[in-house]
Amino acid sequence: MNLFGKKSYFSLDGNEDKKKNDRRKKRNEPSIPDGMWIKCNTCKSIIYKKEVTEYKLCPDCDAHFRMSPEERIAITCDEGSFTELDSNMRPMNPMRYPGYDEVIENAQKKAGIPEAVVTGHAKIDGYEVVLAIMDSHFMMGSMGSVVGEKVTRAVEYATQYRLPIIIFTTSGGARMQEGIMSLMQMAKVSAALARHDEAGLLYVTVLTDPTTGGVTASFAMLGDIILAEPKALIGFAGQRVIQGTIHQKLPEGFQRAEFQLEHGFADRIVHRTKIREELATILKLHSS
Amino acid sequence: MSDTMRKVAIARKIARPNTKEFIEDIFDDFLEFHGDRLYADDGAVTGGIASFEGIPVTVVGIQKGHDLDENVQCNFGQPGPEGYRKALRLMKQAEKFKRPVITFINTAGAYPGIGAEERGQGEAIARNLKEMSNLKTPIISIFTGEGGSGGALALAVADTVWMLENGLFSVLSPEGFASILWRDSSRVEEAATLMKMTAKDLMKDKVVDKIFYEAKEGIENNLQYTTDQIKTALRETLPELRGLSTEGLLGRRYKRFRQYGEFTE
Ligand SMILES: [Zn+2]
Repeated sequence: MNLFGKKSYFSLDGNEDKKKNDRRKKRNEPSIPDGMWIKCNTCKSIIYKKEVTEYKLCPDCDAHFRMSPEERIAITCDEGSFTELDSNMRPMNPMRYPGYDEVIENAQKKAGIPEAVVTGHAKIDGYEVVLAIMDSHFMMGSMGSVVGEKVTRAVEYATQYRLPIIIFTTSGGARMQEGIMSLMQMAKVSAALARHDEAGLLYVTVLTDPTTGGVTASFAMLGDIILAEPKALIGFAGQRVIQGTIHQKLPEGFQRAEFQLEHGFADRIVHRTKIREELATILKLHSS
Repeated sequence: MSDTMRKVAIARKIARPNTKEFIEDIFDDFLEFHGDRLYADDGAVTGGIASFEGIPVTVVGIQKGHDLDENVQCNFGQPGPEGYRKALRLMKQAEKFKRPVITFINTAGAYPGIGAEERGQGEAIARNLKEMSNLKTPIISIFTGEGGSGGALALAVADTVWMLENGLFSVLSPEGFASILWRDSSRVEEAATLMKMTAKDLMKDKVVDKIFYEAKEGIENNLQYTTDQIKTALRETLPELRGLSTEGLLGRRYKRFRQYGEFTE
């Protein structure tokens, strides 16, 4: 399912790689083994994989590729400081959706993690924080019972230990395969955030590509401070749904991070290489 | 036609009583208030103050029309952000004056449009979920027809949630479910059954606490049959909720929403 123009890079396989290699050979360049090339979906450039740094940016157009929680932790947290919470939690099948077990298994293989969010506590520039990092590689980062429960527990942990919480969002919204239980997660997480808020604690969201649907309409938009990565798709309704309703072309840049900034729904757009630094400054200014 | 599909058809009937009709039937002295104080007055959300057998209450609900003219006024019961913000404004007012809140929900969902996105549909719904979870006055929500996704949930973070016999509440429409997950719009009926979106299903999932029945001749021909049951329930529940301490009330509400989800660990 590709509800959102996918802005990730992917390995080229088979023929396209071969064609590329053939072209290189013709130009008398050294041949490079399969899977060493990736294509940027934004500028369509073919990029040598090693040119992509740990920040996962397109070397040609600076597009911010989608990241895994592991990669995010590596560029955000103090080395070795991350301790995962609730790593054993696994989904069930509340709606008895046929084939859900298989869907989950495939998603786990593809994303390499058991569910669409990783939570834990860590240090950023020495400041203790609680983190929740979503992963769009796992069923489009959709929120079912496990995502809702893990994020809720992370928020409750932060409230209990009087810590700030930072959530990196990326999600297609509520997970349809878990039916009404997915929808109720929106209320559950929001209620936990209300208590964290009442306790006078800091909540920062970093909206990454894409953040839509039920995640936008719950915890993504509730940060005391809302940061967004450049050009990230951020919105409530899906673009196809809107187009199907209004039957007109959507404006250029609709629902992108810059659009949200312009309309007052994000505090800052932050380039990925600067996020750690900005979070550290925010944490410093909220510590006393 | 499956039982669920029949309910879907009934819930969407244009003749089905709308929120203003429920309010007029159940309450006295209803004064409708307008506007979110920020941008506009959304006709898809109605609300104001009223009296229930002498108790001042705040009522808020999503409004549908019975014909095209009315539906243009209320945008077919699909609120924009200003609708959710108007609802929140009235609920915060209820908190200030210690009035219980009763919400009525009947919507296909929040409106998906350019303006709605520009003005923060997601933010408006999110804020309602958060503020309602912590609103220091009792909240009772009644699903009277369709209950489409986050746009319905945004008025349903309540101490107790009730539903009419032919009410619905789901993560998305059965049509959307079939076409997105199966890419096969002919499987709507199968989707509707699987989604467990009816009052009875939702009672099993503890999403709904009480069901009100509809007259055999159709609720549009005998609204009182149903509103009598609603009045009885309000008569019992309002004093119960008003008798709780604020801490007790909010603790109960937190627990209610904290319980949702199925997982192993
Ligand atoms: Zn590029």
